[in-house]
Amino acid sequence: MDRREFLKLSAAASALAACGGKHNILPADIDPLGHHTGEVPTDKMTYRTTPSTGDKVSILGYGMMRLPHKPIMPVAGSSDASAEEIDQEQVNRLVKYALDHGVNYFDTSPAYCRGLSEQSTGIALEASGYDRSKYFIATKMSNFSPTQWSRAESIKIFQKSLRSLRTNYIDYLLLHGIGGGGMDTYRGRFVDNGILDYLLEQREKGVIRNLGFSYHGDIEVFDYLLSRHDEYKWDFVQIQLNYVDWHLAKQVNPSNTNAEYLYGELDKRGIPAVIMEPLLGGRLAKMPDHVVAALKQRRPEDSVASWAFRYAGTKPRILTVLSGMTYMEHLQDNIRSYSPLQPLTQEEQEWLEGEIANLFVSYPTIPCTDCKYCMPCPYGINIPAIFAHYNRCVNQGDMPESMQADNYQAARRRFLIGYDRAVPRERQADHCISCRQCVIHCPQSIQIPEQMRRIDDFVEKLKQNKL
Amino acid sequence: MLKLVRRILALFFWVGITMLFLDISGIFRTWFSWMSHLQFMPSVMRHDHVILPLLLIATLLLGRIYCSVICPTGILQDLFSWVAGWKVFRQKRKTALSNRFHYSEPKQWLCICILVLFIIMTIAGFNAITVLIAPYSAYGRMVIALLRPLYIMLNNILASWSEANDNYLFYTIEPQQLPAVLLWIAAASALILLVLSLLGGRTYCNTICPVGTILGFLSRYSWLQINVDEDKCIKCGLCERNCKASCIKVSKGMPVHIDHSRCVVCGNCQQLCPKSAIRYSHPTSAISHQTPSNSTLSRRSFLTVSASMLTAAALKADEKTTDGGLAIIEDKEIPIRNTPLTPPGSLSARNLQQHCTACQLCIAQCPNGILSPLQSFDSFMQPEMQYTKGYCRPECTVCADVCPTDAIRPITIEDKTAIQIGRAVWISKNCIPLTDGVTCDNCAVHCPAGAIQMVPKDKGYTFDADSAHWIDEYGNAADPKTTLMIPVVNTEKCIGCGSCEYHCPSRPFSAIYVEGNEVHREV
Repeated sequence: MDRREFLKLSAAASALAACGGKHNILPADIDPLGHHTGEVPTDKMTYRTTPSTGDKVSILGYGMMRLPHKPIMPVAGSSDASAEEIDQEQVNRLVKYALDHGVNYFDTSPAYCRGLSEQSTGIALEASGYDRSKYFIATKMSNFSPTQWSRAESIKIFQKSLRSLRTNYIDYLLLHGIGGGGMDTYRGRFVDNGILDYLLEQREKGVIRNLGFSYHGDIEVFDYLLSRHDEYKWDFVQIQLNYVDWHLAKQVNPSNTNAEYLYGELDKRGIPAVIMEPLLGGRLAKMPDHVVAALKQRRPEDSVASWAFRYAGTKPRILTVLSGMTYMEHLQDNIRSYSPLQPLTQEEQEWLEGEIANLFVSYPTIPCTDCKYCMPCPYGINIPAIFAHYNRCVNQGDMPESMQADNYQAARRRFLIGYDRAVPRERQADHCISCRQCVIHCPQSIQIPEQMRRIDDFVEKLKQNKL
Repeated sequence: MLKLVRRILALFFWVGITMLFLDISGIFRTWFSWMSHLQFMPSVMRHDHVILPLLLIATLLLGRIYCSVICPTGILQDLFSWVAGWKVFRQKRKTALSNRFHYSEPKQWLCICILVLFIIMTIAGFNAITVLIAPYSAYGRMVIALLRPLYIMLNNILASWSEANDNYLFYTIEPQQLPAVLLWIAAASALILLVLSLLGGRTYCNTICPVGTILGFLSRYSWLQINVDEDKCIKCGLCERNCKASCIKVSKGMPVHIDHSRCVVCGNCQQLCPKSAIRYSHPTSAISHQTPSNSTLSRRSFLTVSASMLTAAALKADEKTTDGGLAIIEDKEIPIRNTPLTPPGSLSARNLQQHCTACQLCIAQCPNGILSPLQSFDSFMQPEMQYTKGYCRPECTVCADVCPTDAIRPITIEDKTAIQIGRAVWISKNCIPLTDGVTCDNCAVHCPAGAIQMVPKDKGYTFDADSAHWIDEYGNAADPKTTLMIPVVNTEKCIGCGSCEYHCPSRPFSAIYVEGNEVHREV
């Protein structure tokens, strides 16, 4: 066939294709380059209903804690090269994209992103052009510091939330992080100052449409608040749930409680659950190779993260699953996982909770979810970055275990050079002074100073070749 | 042939020594340290009984091959000259740059004056003058100040590529903070060398350089010399016009005169001679030996004593209400030490001052970045330790390994654990448990000698030897996680490594710093 003939033929073929629209050569979900990623559906999102208000909430909720940042061009005279600010333009794009694809729940807090998350969320939602009734805003009473425990200070926080979010009502308001510091802290933050009564009042007035709490830490506070459900009528509760925490929460972290128990308690009372840490701060997406292989074998084309999202979404009492999506690719992947949700089978759930979770906890990673509640460390330590570097090396199976190991020299070099790349010297673990100010802030109850010292000892042994 | 051998050897030495100063990986240090130990001034400084006689004997046998093959400053001048002779440069100037030299009368009085001045200054301890003209240290400074920043920049570009591609071939090096005066001096030396080498070839070596003068005394009588076969010579003068040392005089009707005290045996004349009249051989004239004056040098030192005033400014832990972000870390400032800190192996600041030629090799090679050149007149450009960016790590003896003068004597890692170069001093008004009211034991935790212990700040506690706990007045053991403790230093165990000073969170001045010992001692 010469060139002219070929052109004629192909012209005819395309004409045919154009006439009979149904006769697409390619299947709909494969783009012309053969990528299976295809289009991200805009109208297939799964929704769940809030019993109290009848809200149709998308099962994917947008967590505004891990907003994209960009470096600030260093100003002359400032020595801190690591200064960053929120990339508002990108936040706007992500929020608009999420709304366009059916996501309608946005979860923020006055404490997130150095206190700038609410404002950024407010700007992005307003810029999206969607009517206020089309999306739901969740924010929190984040009066963690004892300087904020007074009634006046706490109310100020709530008023500021409304202002920053550019709205006159909050769809979902949470008592933020109850359980940290035990019952005494709970009473100090919400009972003695009458803030809980104030918030209940606001719910009566409709300024707060749904009232709930988020829980980490001391299980006594969780049980206590649920025991008062008849009085407070919690509209929803936010808990940490994923396939590792279902049975093995204690192994990830001795002070955590199994998600099975938390979910069970809510289910019993008919309270819908909002899920946080479905990915354990991304750790269930960045899995060791063994685990990736096992998951991929079952569904080669699905992301590792999609298993965790489908797992969380499969439980019927779950209202929405929060994900702090920093990157567009994460947002798109999660939308695909939930458009619509394909629930896991009983066997798949048990496989994740059992075999995969056990494999995961067998790697000695530090249970940091990079929530940055510990930050800023007053002495400048970059706590999450140090843990992230350590965990990355553990997950890659690339830890210099002992000087006798075959890979010792190469692994030592990778660990030490990687450490300097990830964290500037003066922000590394050896500068932790064990002042313990961070410990109370960690929702995962990590004993940060002890872990810092452990990593520092390890680094010291590597440097001195005494491992 | 002579020229080719000379060029190959010279290139080998020059690249080796230059890389020794540029090296960041430590590979060249392992393989080429001996090159810096072959240098003349460093050998004098360390009273070397092997290398120094060897260099002198080599000069007596072969002439000033040291100047053309081993001395990096000498080779650098040859390189300048060589580059200037390239076609591109020649075309611009009609007067060819090759053929540009001519014989000059020896300026022996000047040489001797400078040498005498050099020896007097060295003995008197006016370090600044001596290190300025000593050829090896001048070269070291030029590489460190002018070339190394570029080398580090290139490395860091490669490191960012390496990081972007997630491999570990290159890693980022923080550029050294060098005093501006070092930069100016290095630039001035380079410029002077450039101009002198373009105008007069080896003018520096034959008028200023004290090593050149000393070796010149010997080479005059060396066994092998450049000789002219008068039978073959046609008096064309090509050798004279191409002699970098300006030491060949060709005049009609007279035998060719070669000033062997200035000849560096480069072989250029031999290669150019159209009649092959120039030989490198034993002269027919009688040889009389003259022993050189080789004074062991010692210097008087003036130790300046300055009062120390440390202002406290601790980083305050602000009440945290929001999450994320990084606290700004103020840069540390250097405390004023009554006695400067010098590396283990240097015996004392005084000993270092007497033996160091300020070549900057240790400063370039220190993997912890704690050495910097001093600017005072009496220890000009000699190394001093500062603990703002790091501390003297226990597994490292690099400065002692590389030091060509033995101003820092070779020590082992085990030796190092027992050498006290200074001792830690606590400054209570900067100490975080007292200023911020939070617990801190970072100095004690990181002390490699175990010289720092934490004791309760309140006097109400007593130490219970049986349980090894601090007990308050009610008989309860102090909880180390909550009880405010302050560090106490056991001076007998302290080695002055500066780990405490470096790890102290108090900024800009640490709450614990190292005060130097006048003489290092064993603990």
